[in-house]
Amino acid sequence: MTFEHNTLDQVTTWVKAGHVSDFPEDGGSSILYKDQQIAVFNFTTINKWFATQNLCPHKKQMILARGIIGTQGEEQTPKVACPYHKKTFSLETGENLNGCEDSITTFPIKIEDDTVFVGLVEEK
Amino acid sequence: MARIVIVGNGMVSYKLCEKLVEKNSSASITVIGEEPRPAYDRVHLSAYFEDENADKLTMAPKDWYDGNGINLITSEKVSQINREEQYVTTHTNSKYEYDYLVLATGSSAFVPPIKGVEKKGVFVYRTIEDLEMMMAYGKKASSAAVLGGGLLGLEAAKAAIDMNLKTSVVEFAPRLMPRQIDEEGGLLLKSKMEDLGIDILLGKATSNIEGEEKMTGMAFSDGTSLDVDMLIISAGIRPRDELGKEAGLEVAERGGFVVNSLMQTSDEKIFAVGECASYENMIYGLVAPGYDMAEVVAEQIANDNKEYTFTGCDMSTKLKLIGVDVASFGDPFCDNIPHYPISINDKKNGIYKRINVDLEGKKLLGGILIGDADDYNMLHQMFINEMALPPHPQDLIIKSSGEEGGAGIGIDALPDTAQVCSCENVSKGDICCSIKDDGVTDINGIKAATKAGTGCGGCLPMVNNILEDTLAQMGTVVRKEICEHFPYTRQEMFDLIKVNEIKSYTELLEKYGSGGGCETCKPLVGSLLASIWNDLILKESTIQDTNDRFLANIQKGGSYSVVPRIPGGEITPDKLIVIGEVAKEFDLYTKITGGQRIDLFGARLNDLPLIWERLVDAGFESGHAYGKSLRTVKSCVGSTWCRFGLHDSVGFAIEVENRYKGLRSPHKLKGGVSGCIRECAEARGKDFGIIATEKGWNLYVGGNGGANPKHAVLLAGDIDKETVIKYLDRYLMFYIKTAEPLQRTAPWQEKLEGGIDYLKQVICEDSLGIGEQLENDMKILIAHYTCEWKAAINDPEMRKRFTHFSNDDSHDPTQKFKRERGQRFPVAW
Ligand code: SRM
Ligand SMILES: Cc1cc2nc3c(=O)[nH]c(=O)nc-3n(C[C@H](O)[C@H](O)[C@H](O)COP(=O)(O)OP(=O)(O)OC[C@H]3O[C@@H](n4cnc5c(N)ncnc54)[C@H](O)[C@@H]3O)c2cc1C
Ligand code: SF4
Ligand code: FES
Repeated sequence: MTFEHNTLDQVTTWVKAGHVSDFPEDGGSSILYKDQQIAVFNFTTINKWFATQNLCPHKKQMILARGIIGTQGEEQTPKVACPYHKKTFSLETGENLNGCEDSITTFPIKIEDDTVFVGLVEEK
Repeated sequence: MARIVIVGNGMVSYKLCEKLVEKNSSASITVIGEEPRPAYDRVHLSAYFEDENADKLTMAPKDWYDGNGINLITSEKVSQINREEQYVTTHTNSKYEYDYLVLATGSSAFVPPIKGVEKKGVFVYRTIEDLEMMMAYGKKASSAAVLGGGLLGLEAAKAAIDMNLKTSVVEFAPRLMPRQIDEEGGLLLKSKMEDLGIDILLGKATSNIEGEEKMTGMAFSDGTSLDVDMLIISAGIRPRDELGKEAGLEVAERGGFVVNSLMQTSDEKIFAVGECASYENMIYGLVAPGYDMAEVVAEQIANDNKEYTFTGCDMSTKLKLIGVDVASFGDPFCDNIPHYPISINDKKNGIYKRINVDLEGKKLLGGILIGDADDYNMLHQMFINEMALPPHPQDLIIKSSGEEGGAGIGIDALPDTAQVCSCENVSKGDICCSIKDDGVTDINGIKAATKAGTGCGGCLPMVNNILEDTLAQMGTVVRKEICEHFPYTRQEMFDLIKVNEIKSYTELLEKYGSGGGCETCKPLVGSLLASIWNDLILKESTIQDTNDRFLANIQKGGSYSVVPRIPGGEITPDKLIVIGEVAKEFDLYTKITGGQRIDLFGARLNDLPLIWERLVDAGFESGHAYGKSLRTVKSCVGSTWCRFGLHDSVGFAIEVENRYKGLRSPHKLKGGVSGCIRECAEARGKDFGIIATEKGWNLYVGGNGGANPKHAVLLAGDIDKETVIKYLDRYLMFYIKTAEPLQRTAPWQEKLEGGIDYLKQVICEDSLGIGEQLENDMKILIAHYTCEWKAAINDPEMRKRFTHFSNDDSHDPTQKFKRERGQRFPVAW
């Protein structure tokens, strides 16, 4: 999978991911949209939401939503650690913080009336 | 502003740029390299075979050059130097003017003039492109030969064998690595290479490469021949000095730009560094001398310093990557120097070591190590620093049995000037300073501060020794802080949680931590909270590792395994049938584990609660195979059936397993109970082992299997059951309170000052007066036990978490399984 960091202005579709309570505090869960699996993270401690691809580029496992989230470094970069081999990815840019894996795709996310929406770029 | 043009962008060229940047040189730098990508780590070129990942080898990406104002031009070859007007031109006719020119053109593989070398299937081993072509060709080939049995040739042979090719090495000399090792060493190395499946042909001069367009074999001057599909030539290197000849720069007889100790060529505006430079008629085919030369040039350009000069370099080498330890240092032969050789040739274990000692027995002159090069760093240091030898120099290579590390001198005997990292030229003093003055406390810090160990990495074991030694000298107790979010050790965290009655991770982070936590501190705190309060782990599921979060062990493909508890390994037929039925219904792979129970693999996340509902109904509980907690207490059949059995080991194992089930600890815990000294339960291979004696039971502690097996040692002998339990309560609680994260009982026990004797005092004699408290703490934990799975399936909120998607009930559609031996298997990743 190639690296994309989808930005707000590219979004063509806001997909409804669920109610905020569907996503555990300081954790994640995945959603299915058409045949895409997207990991949605509810980072309560820093009061932010993130969405990324669910596939870990390392061994191509659909798993990132089950990873532990946290922050790293002076900048407090939000990150997720894959449950398998603990490769970590920035939740903001998708960059692999161990510096050896491909980056993951990240998606814009917004909350309206306790409903979570993920912004996707769809080919017309 | 001086204009510097560097020709070639190889390892040494990059190092020169790096040094110029470090020294804040104001020069404007242009680098022109003919290869398509920025400089990469040629030393580890063979790693490319493993993953074909060129990025991993890159010394620094293009951005780095841009960011530092260096103009890097790739895929461009410099074709001419105009010395009068001080410019170079490239093959595209671009022109670059210089005030100083640095030639860093390296070398190319030497291809001997054998008839037929131009045929398809003949390769050299120097660049990523060479490897790519070789790999593509190798897919269609079934055999390969390597011409040249030197350092590089053997590395190439290992690569060929890893490509699944039938591989031969053809060497002209009568032994392998003729320049580095002697005859005896060569014989041993040959047999080791043969063990790897590589054929070794010695004393063979190749006269012809046969075949039409493609090669099909090699003919040798002795009339013999070899049928082979491809050939990798590794017969030495030739410095790339072609630019100099035309420009009238002095070139050495054996090739290479002639340079003085300031790396100036015969034109003082032109330097040469790396493998293209010939210093005192010597070409250095290694990277470390090149780095040293780069330093000499950088000092002149950045600091106008002509004091720092190149004085030659040591050519000791340790072979990497080939799966056989080989090293040689100093003068391995001492053919013309009076010396005493001391050698051992241990044919049984395949070890050959030789050191050459001067006639007075004071100095090391050189040596060879094959089969075991652990002592290379130390011996090499003794040689370079001309250190005094111990009274019996043979001790340096002969290890007395049981003792680790032969080289009979300690790290503190090394002078501060000793060069530890030869790639980056870092001395022991540099490393010590970074520890003492800059407060560095770990390997990564040393790498960042000094660059030691960032080249070939061969010096890392020694760097680590220096680190530990220096810290110990400074009296620093190395604080094992958990991570960047909590500046505490595990033991301090334990006390913080307990004393302040902290009940959740969030609360702890708010009060004592910073940032948003991470995958290190979260599971650790989860385990501590459970060890202290024995509360349900699912209440704060997202701080748990995935196994604890889903109360099952994750497998390839994202499915989980299910391990119901079968205390002591005893199970009724009815329960066995339930396991069988559940496995059938959910199509789970079943296997008897090494822990006397049954594992059901391949469960999909959404099915876990359904599976456990059935199991809990039938009276099963969680086996905690996923947790850092009590696993199993294995039993042997004991006195009930066995004619040798002294007491009821099964009954006792069940009792103990039920007592400690669900107990969370720094690492997993395992136990065993055997009915007699024959020890069929392997109890002494467990964290705690109980063995029946005529008079009662022996209690052993601190054993494990795994990569580093340890037998448990006797804590108390001939005690009754009640005392066993009392001691065990104390022992386990003491361990839980004081061990490091993920430290099993054996290493914990070993690190306890005073060892087992101290432990006996604390546990059996209650020397600290904490016995009762430990027992009470354990009682509380036992009283709080609930089966996690039972709780999970009965709580709708918890149950809700066991789905792959939160907006869809389906299983992960990407999961793939296959059938083998009548059961379902995951497909490999
Ligand atoms: C299933 C089982 C293999 C089997 O099919 O027999 C097994 C499977 C695993 N073992 Fe084991 N071990 C199993 C018995 C053992 C034994 C034998 C025993 O208990 O008598 C040992 C040696 C005894 C010991 O622990 O000292 C053993 C020593 C290890 C170790 C090394 C521990 C050490 O201290 O060095 C690990 C690695 C670790 O825990 O860090 C490990 C880790 C693992 C993990 C958890 C690896 C992982 O993280 O995925 C495997 C999980 C597979 C899974 O998904 O279920 N397993 N493992 C056995 C389960 C026993 C049970 O009923 O719970
Ligand atoms: C497989 C392998 C394993 C090795 N293992 C070790 C080891 O374990 N330890 C060790 O110390 N050394 C090892 N070496 C040797 C080490 O790689 C070299 O010593 C080191 O790369 C030399 O660096 P250099 O910059 O002088 O030359 P190079 O790295 O060869 O760089 C020279 C560059 O200049 C370019 N160039 C040449 N002429 C021109 C021109 N006219 N215009 C533009 N560009 C030009 C070349 O294309 C090349 O990219 C190994 C080498 C190989 C191939
Ligand atoms: S020995 Fe290794 S491969 Fe086998 S079960 Fe244990 S951890 Fe897994
Ligand atoms: S599969 Fe994600 S880290 Fe290995």
